[in-house]
Amino acid sequence: MKKLLSPTQLLLAGAKKSIPIVLGYLPLGFAYGALASIAGISLSLIVTMSLVVFAGSAQFISVGMLAAGAGTFSIVATVFLVNLRHLLMSASLATYIPRFPRRLLPLLAFWLTDENYAVACCELRESEKNHLYMLGLFGTSYCGWVAGSALGGMFGGFFTSPSALMSMEYALYAMFIFLLVIQCTERKLLFAACVSGALSLFFYLTIPGSWYIMLAAVCTATMGVLAEKWKSS
Amino acid sequence: MEELIILIFAMAIVTYLPRFLPMHLLTRLEIPKTLIIWLRYIPVAVLAALIVPGITTVERQVNFAGDNSYFFASIIAFIVAWRSKNMLLTVTVGMGVVFLLQWFPFV
Repeated sequence: MKKLLSPTQLLLAGAKKSIPIVLGYLPLGFAYGALASIAGISLSLIVTMSLVVFAGSAQFISVGMLAAGAGTFSIVATVFLVNLRHLLMSASLATYIPRFPRRLLPLLAFWLTDENYAVACCELRESEKNHLYMLGLFGTSYCGWVAGSALGGMFGGFFTSPSALMSMEYALYAMFIFLLVIQCTERKLLFAACVSGALSLFFYLTIPGSWYIMLAAVCTATMGVLAEKWKSS
Repeated sequence: MEELIILIFAMAIVTYLPRFLPMHLLTRLEIPKTLIIWLRYIPVAVLAALIVPGITTVERQVNFAGDNSYFFASIIAFIVAWRSKNMLLTVTVGMGVVFLLQWFPFV
């Protein structure tokens, strides 16, 4: 028998599930805040970005590109392409939450990150969950990210030694590596990752600017589609 | 300053749309099958495209020498991610290796 939980208990149960995410977001948010403050971005804008964008990789990339002197358009275009990966997560999550109040969807969608998605999917696959549970889970991760970036913006300036900076910046690559490893669930995806990695290095060395990411990803996905069509015909 | 505010809000919009639109539209519209297949490749392709140039080059030159600590940290990070499936552990170990290599370069 399942006992009925009060709204507060539901929120807290969801929040509890986000503890591993918060543990990851605090140092990553801190690293983002520290790098952004070193790049000369004010604390209020550092926190604003975390509040309105809430996307780790996008925020890291924008700070890196800003520091490298990239233009607004190329940053926004790169961020858009990097975040296109959320399209499928959003579509897949939608199939798990048909009974959630529709007015909550805009908020849940705003809080959709790779980590929130991964945890939410595991939980929802197990059993149907209340929307308050999901709000507790997503909202707590969000608070962790915002808090981490605020702390990084305030105290990141103390970490100006090159070794500390280099290792903080490396957090981004370690996160990408982790996300890539857990997403290579099929042989064709592993192959696509290898192709895209090689292409991006080639474009990076031959074409100036930051277009190598988009070029490599679009070429790889198109080749993947063509290969699948060719194989099935 | 103003340009930065515009940038932040433009980033917020292009981040929000892919998160919201599929969830919102899925019940009303049918996504073309070819687009779905194409989109399936995007996450891994983007991640690989972000990682490879970042860890194999220094100042836009391919560099596998001992002073490229990101490359050696990444080999370890790949192994840790694959074996542990734990993001926090992967990030911590990766950062730790970079930090140590700054202090104890082996070449």
